[in-house]
Amino acid sequence: MRDIRLLDQMFLPGTLIGPFTQANKGLGGVCTFVGEVRYDEGVEALELTHYEPLTLPGMHALADRAFERFTLMGLLMVHRVGQMRPGEPIVCVSAAALHRRDAIDAVDFCMDHLKSAAWFWKREKRAKEGGGSEWHWIEPREQDHSDLARWQS
Amino acid sequence: MLGKLADLAMASTIDLPLPLSKPLDWEGLKAALPPALAETVDDPRIRVAINGALLPNKLKMQAGAGDEIALLPPVSGG
Repeated sequence: MRDIRLLDQMFLPGTLIGPFTQANKGLGGVCTFVGEVRYDEGVEALELTHYEPLTLPGMHALADRAFERFTLMGLLMVHRVGQMRPGEPIVCVSAAALHRRDAIDAVDFCMDHLKSAAWFWKREKRAKEGGGSEWHWIEPREQDHSDLARWQS
Repeated sequence: MLGKLADLAMASTIDLPLPLSKPLDWEGLKAALPPALAETVDDPRIRVAINGALLPNKLKMQAGAGDEIALLPPVSGG
């Protein structure tokens, strides 16, 4: 079962993971990662923008690579766009396989690629000293690129 | 324009006039952009897509009437 989605409204990961697990009859293991907007000091909101012609097709291409690289029965990859508040889920990746290593590694692989190579642009709304708040774009982090390099062998 | 490039342009989309007799190329595009944006788009990390297809080399871009040109800054990750 393959389920790749971009959502512009808040979602509850549990409502996706249950049916996904049920849909992969005979699985040996399922691994799920859920990312949430962190409660960083002064951060009031996070906004993710995407570019429709590239972002979802890019997620499908990533899913294709995960299916080629690992022996999977199913893959769920759901990502939010739009404005989110701290504590809201932003991403959910779940992989079902006969054996645990494929499921765990597929989720790790998808997350490293989503974090560094997927077509998303992020900004946060931070409280300003003396009141009010301001949006700040988030620049790519070196760590994301080194995470990606793990898979280039 | 995506990400912070939309801030520099003070808009997420701009309609550009097309040269009369030839396709719009990279220099022509820069000349038509707001100055703050034109100054930054040569950054090699900024990619260009036309009608949703990424260009291997933006310097060789050619766009015609009705084409959508996307200016894509480095992604900040999901």
